[in-house]
Amino acid sequence: MRVVLAEDLHLLREGLVHLLRAHGFDVVAAVESGPGLLEALVAECPDVAVVDVRLPPTFTDEGLQASLAARRRVPGLPILVLSQHVEQLYARELLADGSGGIGYLLKDRVFNGEQFIDAVRRVAAGGTAMDPEVIAKLLVSNARKEPIGRLTPREREVLELMAEGRSNAAIGQRLHLSESAVGKHTAGIFAKLDLAPSDDDNRRVLAVLAYLNSR
Amino acid sequence: MVRRTLSALGRGVALLGAALLGEAAALVMLAGVLLSLMLGLVFLFPPAVRLARAAAGLHRRLAGRWSAGPVDDPYLPAPGPPVRQPDGWYRDGRTLYKTPVVPAFNLRLNWLLKDPATWRDLAFLLTAPLLGTAVAAPAVLAAGGVLLTASGVPAGLAAVAVAAAVAPWYAPRAVASYGGVAALLLGPTERARLARQVNRLAAARDEAVDAQAAELRRIERDLHDGAQARLVAIGMTIGAAEELLASDPQAARALLVKAREASATALQELRRLVRGIHPPVLAERGLADAVRALALDTPLQTHVTVDAPEGLEAPLESAAYFAVSELLANAVRHGGASEAWVDVSTHGSALRITVTDDGRGGADPSRGTGLTGIERRLGAFDGVLALNSPLGGPTTAVIDLPRAVRGRTRPVPTGRAVTLAVCWTLCWIPLFPQGLVAAGFKIAGSTEKAWFLGLHVAEPYQWPVIIGMILLGGTMLAGAALQTAKHRESRAGECA
Repeated sequence: MRVVLAEDLHLLREGLVHLLRAHGFDVVAAVESGPGLLEALVAECPDVAVVDVRLPPTFTDEGLQASLAARRRVPGLPILVLSQHVEQLYARELLADGSGGIGYLLKDRVFNGEQFIDAVRRVAAGGTAMDPEVIAKLLVSNARKEPIGRLTPREREVLELMAEGRSNAAIGQRLHLSESAVGKHTAGIFAKLDLAPSDDDNRRVLAVLAYLNSR
Repeated sequence: MVRRTLSALGRGVALLGAALLGEAAALVMLAGVLLSLMLGLVFLFPPAVRLARAAAGLHRRLAGRWSAGPVDDPYLPAPGPPVRQPDGWYRDGRTLYKTPVVPAFNLRLNWLLKDPATWRDLAFLLTAPLLGTAVAAPAVLAAGGVLLTASGVPAGLAAVAVAAAVAPWYAPRAVASYGGVAALLLGPTERARLARQVNRLAAARDEAVDAQAAELRRIERDLHDGAQARLVAIGMTIGAAEELLASDPQAARALLVKAREASATALQELRRLVRGIHPPVLAERGLADAVRALALDTPLQTHVTVDAPEGLEAPLESAAYFAVSELLANAVRHGGASEAWVDVSTHGSALRITVTDDGRGGADPSRGTGLTGIERRLGAFDGVLALNSPLGGPTTAVIDLPRAVRGRTRPVPTGRAVTLAVCWTLCWIPLFPQGLVAAGFKIAGSTEKAWFLGLHVAEPYQWPVIIGMILLGGTMLAGAALQTAKHRESRAGECA
């Protein structure tokens, strides 16, 4: 699988290259600035890109802007955005086109190599990987929405994991539930939130995120 | 039209009344001044000045309400209480006192005596009746006319008629110009304004320095007890794992997992700390998006409208951001609100932020530390927080940051201002007497030459000179009007 990587810190960039190579990814470009990133994204058209939000030359949100620009040119280009902090505002902008293939994680998540690689693969496959902290913030800002309050604690747990972008199987593994039990919970959640049920994992996640983002 | 005239006449009469009251106060003050300066009855001076200040205050309020817009107090700030020395005495010059009474009185006396506003008040109040009579002239004329008619002189009717004819044009203008004069004489001089600003800035600077020091101490403590301590622990854990690597790889592995978890916690703490110092989203996107991000993070249904220019100074943006953050947090915590509206806009060079919520209201800045914190932070930028929070809500907070937007205020350049003033004040001379009136004389064939240049020159040059004069006056008038309108327009553009 071909990967473009953008990270300005030398040590972290090398670490990520090693990690990705060790898991069988082919790092076709490892850039360190915003303009270089957009060029690489459009030229290489990789299977997935891993991008740091803050990049030279302005050290603001160059990486995010380059990612959004690249996705406008190549719709659905899978991009996993890494940052030292997560903002609902950025998550919303990344998800705005509703086409999936988006990840938004805190940088600390690379500490756990397995989970990080899992997230990269999920995004490459057109799925989503949202940081638990983004989801927690989304749920806080939706706390006063009446249907959310009607969810059982277990359904809330399932909703959080689903919003992060995990499949039923992964959720079952995490919560020690059978896949069919998870399926029942998700059906219950969709009924309570008044969303159209869907069998497709990705579309289901996007529906939940769109619901949480609609305020 | 009639109502306007009548109300202007009424105001004129009221101003005349106030002027007569002021005259009385001024005479009392004059007596107080003379008695205190000549007979040494100094204790009479402060009450006399207080009376005059009350009278001047009445004029200030009337002028503010009816014509000029608010007229600020011009007085220097009152002196603080005398300071007690370590030995328990109070020093005043080269004399020591046991009690603060005499030094306090001297401080007050000095303050009143040396404030030019005291004497400007007196001058205004002494001349006020003249001004008042001028303002109320139509009413006075009409009253005189009625009295004359009543005592059998029919000419009185003519006076009433003249008053009635003149009043619609005269009365409103007279009230307006009274306001202008009052603002000029009773408003603060540039010096008093500066003195006041220096005082305010000094206080704001002290508070800012204190707040900054406290903030740095808090950051130091947080780093020391949090991230720093955790990094030490991580280092030790890794060291221990290193030693165990050969003998007990399993235990070493467990230790490394622990170290990784500790590093994640340390990062989390640093992230929280950074948010409190300067939120990353503010650094990355500026105020507008940072406020939007804030709105997304609150559980309130928040409506944001932002019309803020880019390129605000970072410290100011930060102060504005934390103010909005605190206000929204208060709405959730204390107000029990469910909906909030945030509006960020510019008015001229000022940045105005309005935060409204539908909570219970009853917020009191003197109680919470949060609101005073906001005020202090804004104070460093001359910003103010106005809070309107009646019991039962809604709560509206308005933050005003003057001069937030740089390079937007443009006073008229001095050179042009002088030209403008010359044009406005002198354009009538070439236009009327030297131009139009001289032309009238010439057409009427009058032999009177008066001071009209056009009639003194040789016959063939007379018309050209007269027409030239008219053109000159017209050009001056038109130019001045055009420039003034242009400047107003550019100012209006700033305010839009």
